[in-house]
Amino acid sequence: MRKIKIFTPFERFWHWSQMLLVFVLTVTGFEIHGNYNLVGYECAVRLHNSAAWTFIGLGILSIVYMLSSKQYKNFIPTKEKLGEQIKYYTSGIFKNEPHPTKKSLYNKLNPLQRIIYVGLLIVVFPVQIFTGLIYMFYHYPQNPADVAGFKFAAITHTLGAFLMVAFVLVHVYMTTTGHKLTSGIKSMITGYEEEPLENKPSEKPENSI
Amino acid sequence: MNKLLQKFLTLTLVVVLPILVIYLNIRFGLQRNEVEAVKVTLKSESVASVDHSSFPILQQSFSNPKQVTEACLSCHNKRDDELMQSAHWRWERETEIPGRGVVTIGKKNLHNNFCTGADGNNGSCMRCHIGYGWEDKSFDFEDPTNIDCLVCHDKSDTYKKLIGGGGWPATAENATKEYPVPDYNLVAQSVGYPDRDNCGVCHFYGGGGNNVKHGDLEKALLNTTRSVDVHMAVDGPNMVCIDCHKTEKHNITGRAYSVSASNTNRATCEQCHGETPHNDKVIDYHNHKVACQTCHIPVYAKVNGTSLYWDWSVAGRRNPDSSFIKEYDADHNYSYLSIKGHFVFDNMVTPEYSWFNGTADHLLNDDSATVLPVKINTLFGSYCDSTSKIWPVKVHRGKQPFDSASRQILSMKLFSKNFNEGAFWMDLNWDSAIIKGMEYNEREYSGKFVILPTEAYWPLNHMVSKKEETLKCEACHTRQNSRIAGLTDFYLPGRDYSKAVDYSGFAIILFSLIGIIVHSVMRFTSKRKFN
Repeated sequence: MRKIKIFTPFERFWHWSQMLLVFVLTVTGFEIHGNYNLVGYECAVRLHNSAAWTFIGLGILSIVYMLSSKQYKNFIPTKEKLGEQIKYYTSGIFKNEPHPTKKSLYNKLNPLQRIIYVGLLIVVFPVQIFTGLIYMFYHYPQNPADVAGFKFAAITHTLGAFLMVAFVLVHVYMTTTGHKLTSGIKSMITGYEEEPLENKPSEKPENSI
Repeated sequence: MNKLLQKFLTLTLVVVLPILVIYLNIRFGLQRNEVEAVKVTLKSESVASVDHSSFPILQQSFSNPKQVTEACLSCHNKRDDELMQSAHWRWERETEIPGRGVVTIGKKNLHNNFCTGADGNNGSCMRCHIGYGWEDKSFDFEDPTNIDCLVCHDKSDTYKKLIGGGGWPATAENATKEYPVPDYNLVAQSVGYPDRDNCGVCHFYGGGGNNVKHGDLEKALLNTTRSVDVHMAVDGPNMVCIDCHKTEKHNITGRAYSVSASNTNRATCEQCHGETPHNDKVIDYHNHKVACQTCHIPVYAKVNGTSLYWDWSVAGRRNPDSSFIKEYDADHNYSYLSIKGHFVFDNMVTPEYSWFNGTADHLLNDDSATVLPVKINTLFGSYCDSTSKIWPVKVHRGKQPFDSASRQILSMKLFSKNFNEGAFWMDLNWDSAIIKGMEYNEREYSGKFVILPTEAYWPLNHMVSKKEETLKCEACHTRQNSRIAGLTDFYLPGRDYSKAVDYSGFAIILFSLIGIIVHSVMRFTSKRKFN
């Protein structure tokens, strides 16, 4: 077995903090949406608001980190091996075939992950943050500017929340598709992934630094 | 050692720090700032600057209350001019109804769905006029000695106007044990700013009994606790009416929208508490669209019952011996009276809610009833109107006579001291009561009437609850039984949702789960095959 460094300390801290924040946002968010009564509406609103601000703060921090460390390149979508990756998840995985892509510090996301994550980062998160801010500050038609309606923002925010829940479910499941069931989660904790020795260290792929 | 450090670092990064982030979130997210204390000087705390008992003019022997008024005005000159401009004196004022223009309206000429209307029933209704003897149209509104200073300024609590006396106190001829001739020297020498009982003697008893009309103004407020009203409570600030209804030159602020139309001269919570009293953004933002009263008056008529339904159509029945019927409900409120009909009273009532921007429409004499139930008054407002707020309202429903030809609301003669003068309360005769009532008000009547259902809207302002009893968010922000379920012209979080988005959202989650289950089962079975 060989250990490959995949996640930096900041990335691990960012991931797990974000996980807890998304958990808090989801639980309180659907209470605010009226789906159940758990911590009480007022408490849910206050927690949702503070978690939202922290989420935004953490997001800014991570942008700074991504840009300065050039780790953002991990998220740039690529068509290379995209077909193989889809084929792997839909058939290869059932035939005990090896992963078509190799992970490394500079290539930590496979082509499919790149598309999904970049979708989250540049579509779902910004939409959630933007509609969330409208939710917080644009309560009423005359304040501060008359946009078509708060209703649209609220419903879009709900749609984003559903997509997040679906993402988390699939995301958690996908962590079990590594070398071993737990190797995905382990790498996010320790930063290292264990790989069988027969796999050669990956070459620097096109998009790596 | 290196490995231990590594483990420590890992633990810090992926467990301790993220949990710290969440802890700080909860710790500071749930924090609520203290509400700032209100600092105001109350009128009720002011001390009289003069001793009225030492003035010789008030020690004279008064034979008539008008002489007291003359004595008052001999020092307080010009006060009569101020007072004679007021709605308390004129019972009407010039005002603009949005969309209808300028009208002159007030208690004098407006209708209601309680005792239906004042003018023509002066002996009884005008007992609550701040004058002496507005018994008919001959009353002189320009004569200052007709002003009754005492009913508002008596602090001896002994001055009373006679029932059915058209505003006069008792004289030697008609005095009773309960309504004796006032001791004018005592009363005149103990004048001061009005207390709750001075205002309450009329404002608590509108509609013919305690709390019948307002629902949030009643005699229990004379001596009450914080659980009924935090402002007037004797175990609280013990405030009087004019502490909020600030008064300059006899112009008393405050509007009752049963008789008012314009958003002027109002008494507001904000005048003491400010626009952002909670010191909390989320709650203070609500003040843009939600009146303070909505959350802070979760229930009204907390002590005695108030009339919620008044059906005139069944009035007029008699006992077999032709005496008048009086029936009571289990709480000892009237449920039927021959002279007034059928009532539903209740206490601890949950308000209804309405958009309201401080302006209102009224059913005027010439208006035809087109939509049922007929709205006696209409509160203007909507979500998109920047000046509107959600307001708690007592809605009083009823049934009363309208002209079957013109569909105009009818004036009835109810009160008279004598039988066979056409007054309904004496003769129980609809036709003559309506003919006489319309005649007095100089209105045309086709001769036939029809009973129509009515609604009147009374915004609630009093009986402010303790902060612990304030409405919780869930009272409105909920899918089932939201208090404002009827206000549907906006999106309310917690109550509203898009069916399309919610159903497809749950479908996405369901399909994800099914996909995960199918995929993992296939992996599990294929792995066994390969092993």
